[in-house]
Amino acid sequence: MSTALHHLLDKEYQHGFVTQIDSDTLPCGLSEDVIKIISAKKNEPEFLLQWRLKAYRAWLKMSEPHWANLKYDPIDYQKISYYSAPKLKKQVKSLEEIDPEILKTYEKLGISLREQQHLAGVAVDAVFDSVSVATTFKEKLSELGIVFCSFSEAVQTHPHLIQLYLGTVVSQGDNFFAALNSAVFTDGSFVYVPKNVRCPMELSTYFRINAANTGQFERTLIIADEGSYVSYLEGCTAPKRDENQLHAAIVELIALKDAHIKYSTVQNWYPGDKEGKGGIFNFVTKRGLCRGENSKISWTQVETGSAITWKYPSVILKGDHSVGEFYSVAVTHHHQQADTGTKMIHIGKNTKSTIISKGISAGKGQNTYRGKVQILKKSENARNYTQCDSLLLGSQCGAHTFPFIDVKNETAQVEHEASTCKISEDQLFYCRQRGLSVEDAISMIVHGFCKTVFKELPMEFAVEAQKLLGISLEGAVG
Amino acid sequence: MLEIKNLCVSIENKEILKNINLKIRAGEVHVVMGPNGSGKSTLASILAGKTQGYDVTGDVFFKEKNLLMMSSENRSHEGLFLGFQYPVEIPGVTNIYLLKAALNAKRKTQGLPEVDAMDFLKLVKEKIRAIGMETDFLSRAVNAGFSGGEKKQNEILQMTVLEPNLAVLDEIDSGLDIDALKRVSQGITAFMRPDRALLLITHYQRLLDYVKPDYVHVLVNGQLVKSGDHRLAIDLETKGYAWVSNEK
Repeated sequence: MSTALHHLLDKEYQHGFVTQIDSDTLPCGLSEDVIKIISAKKNEPEFLLQWRLKAYRAWLKMSEPHWANLKYDPIDYQKISYYSAPKLKKQVKSLEEIDPEILKTYEKLGISLREQQHLAGVAVDAVFDSVSVATTFKEKLSELGIVFCSFSEAVQTHPHLIQLYLGTVVSQGDNFFAALNSAVFTDGSFVYVPKNVRCPMELSTYFRINAANTGQFERTLIIADEGSYVSYLEGCTAPKRDENQLHAAIVELIALKDAHIKYSTVQNWYPGDKEGKGGIFNFVTKRGLCRGENSKISWTQVETGSAITWKYPSVILKGDHSVGEFYSVAVTHHHQQADTGTKMIHIGKNTKSTIISKGISAGKGQNTYRGKVQILKKSENARNYTQCDSLLLGSQCGAHTFPFIDVKNETAQVEHEASTCKISEDQLFYCRQRGLSVEDAISMIVHGFCKTVFKELPMEFAVEAQKLLGISLEGAVG
Repeated sequence: MLEIKNLCVSIENKEILKNINLKIRAGEVHVVMGPNGSGKSTLASILAGKTQGYDVTGDVFFKEKNLLMMSSENRSHEGLFLGFQYPVEIPGVTNIYLLKAALNAKRKTQGLPEVDAMDFLKLVKEKIRAIGMETDFLSRAVNAGFSGGEKKQNEILQMTVLEPNLAVLDEIDSGLDIDALKRVSQGITAFMRPDRALLLITHYQRLLDYVKPDYVHVLVNGQLVKSGDHRLAIDLETKGYAWVSNEK
C-alpha cells in the first residue's frame, strides 16, 4: 500500500471515523477517498481498486433511472455509509424484544426457536449448528476442486479468477446501480466449479455464515467451467430482517462450454408495513452469460418481499446452441411495487430461451413485467417462448406488462402469450363449500397459478416458497 | 336433518325466494323442480352459504343448528355438500390435491388426524372405481378443460369422498349423455343411506328414473307451489309447469 494512502487513511480516521473500537463505520458519503479506504481495508490488489474507481467515475456521469413503473422518494446517496464492519445491528437480548408480528411469521414457517433467535439477531451463544455443517460441506466441496467462499476471501485466494471474470457480464458502467455497486461493493459470494465437475449439493448462502451480513452492495460471481453443473440458492427462505433501505446487488453468472448454472432465489425482505412505510428498495442487476456452446443458464425467482423490486435476471446467449430460462413468481401486496422481468439476448446460432412469468397483485400492490427478447442479426434459428400471466386479488391492485421484442434475423421464432385473471368469488365459494378456509383456498389457487414456476425450484425450496406465498397474501381477500 | 322455515331471499329489493318451508329427514330423497329462473339455484346457494348481495330472512336449521349463522366452510364441515350446477375451474390445482385438502379440513374440525398421502390415495382410488371413473382423473387440474359430463362426475366424486349427511345437487343431470347420467345416478344411489339425505334440484324427470324420490316439490316464481310424491314429477313431465301455475 502506498504511503500516500496510509496518510490519507490516518487523516480520515482523525476527522471522520466513529472511533469506538468495536465498530468500524465510515461516515456517510461517497468519494474516491471512501473507495480507496474500502479497498485498502479489504486489502485488495491494485487492479481491483482501479476497477472500483473506474466504476465510480462512470457512476458520477450517470443519473438514476426512472423508466421503471415505480414510485419512490429520491434517494440521497451521500447519506449512506458505504462501509461498516461489523455491521451496526441492534443486538436484542431476548425474543421478547422482537416485533411479535415477525415472530408470528417465523412460527408459521415452522422455524425452530433456535433459528428464530438467530434470524432475529438475538445474541445467542456462538454455537449455531450451521457452523459445523458449513465446515463439513466446505471440505467435501474442496475435494472436488469447487471454490465456494465469500467474495472477499476469493479476492485473496483466487485473484486471477476475479481479474479474469469480474465485470465481464455486468460491466462497471452497465447501469446506475451496477456502477454504484461496482464502486463500493463490500462482499458477496464466489463460486467456481472446475471442468466436468457436477456440484453434488445445492450451494446456498444459508450454509455460509459469514455471508449473513454482506450488506447492501452485495456482489456474487459464479463461474461454471466447461462441462460442469451447479445449482445455487440465494437467500434464506425465512424473512430476512434488514435495516438497510437500499439494496443494489450484482450477480454475474458465467457458463462455459457445456456448463449449466441453475440459480434460484426466494426473496422475502421486509416489504414495509400495511400503510407502505419502510421496507427495502431492491435494485438488483442479475445477468448470466452463456459463453460457450451448449451452455445453459436458468433463473428461478420467487419475489415476495421488498417495498420496491427492480430486477431483471437476464441471459446473454452467446454460445451456439445455448439455452436461457427465466421462471418468476412476483407477489405484491399492500403498497409493494415490483418491476421485474428478464432480458434474453440471442447472439449465437440455434439459441433457445424460455420465459415464464407469474405476477400476483393484492391490496394496492403494483406488479409490472418488463421483458426484452432480442435476436441479433447473426443468431440463426433462435427460438423464444414467453408466457406472462397476472393474477389479481381485489380491485385496487394493478398488473402491467411491457414486452419488448426485437428481431434482426428472420429465421427466428418468437412466441408471446399473456393472460390476466382474477381469483373469482365463485372459485372461493367453491373451495369454501368443500371445507377450505378463505386463506387455504387463496393459497391453493395461487399455488396452482404458480405451479409451472415452483416445479423449477429445488424441492425444499418449493415447499417453503408456497408457505411464504400464503403468508404474504394473508388477508388479501375478504 | 334440514328444516327451512319462512325463508325469504331478495337481491337489491327483488324477491327471489318467498316463504319457503321445507323439512327433510334422514333417509329421505327430496326433489325440487321448476322452470328456469324460479329460484332453484338460489335456494341451493343460500343453503351452502353464499351470502354476497343477498338479503336473507327466516330460519334454516341443519342437524338442529342454525345454518344461516355458519360460514360456508363450517356448513361443509357439518356435513352439507353442494354439487354445483357450474363447477368452477381451478387451473394448476390437481383434483387429488383439492380432495385431500377438503377431507383433511373436515377431519381437523372433528379432531381427527390428517390422512397421509398413501392412505388417501388408497381411499380415493376405491371411491373412484366404485363410481366407475378412471383414476387418471385425479391428476388433472380441477375441472380445467373437463367436459360438462366430467365436471358433474367430479362433483359426485367429491361427494363420495367427503361423505356428507346432506347433499344438495344442483342440476347434476344437466349436460350429461346417457352413459354419464347412468354413472352419476349410480353414484347418487350408492351415496344414499338411512342416515343421509338428498335434495336434488332438476328440470327433468329423467334422473328420477334412476333415483326414486320420496318427495317432489315444485318451485315457481320463488314459491313452493306444490308438493307430492314421485308421481308429481311424472305429471309435470307430461303436463308442463304451466299446469301447476294454472292450478294454483
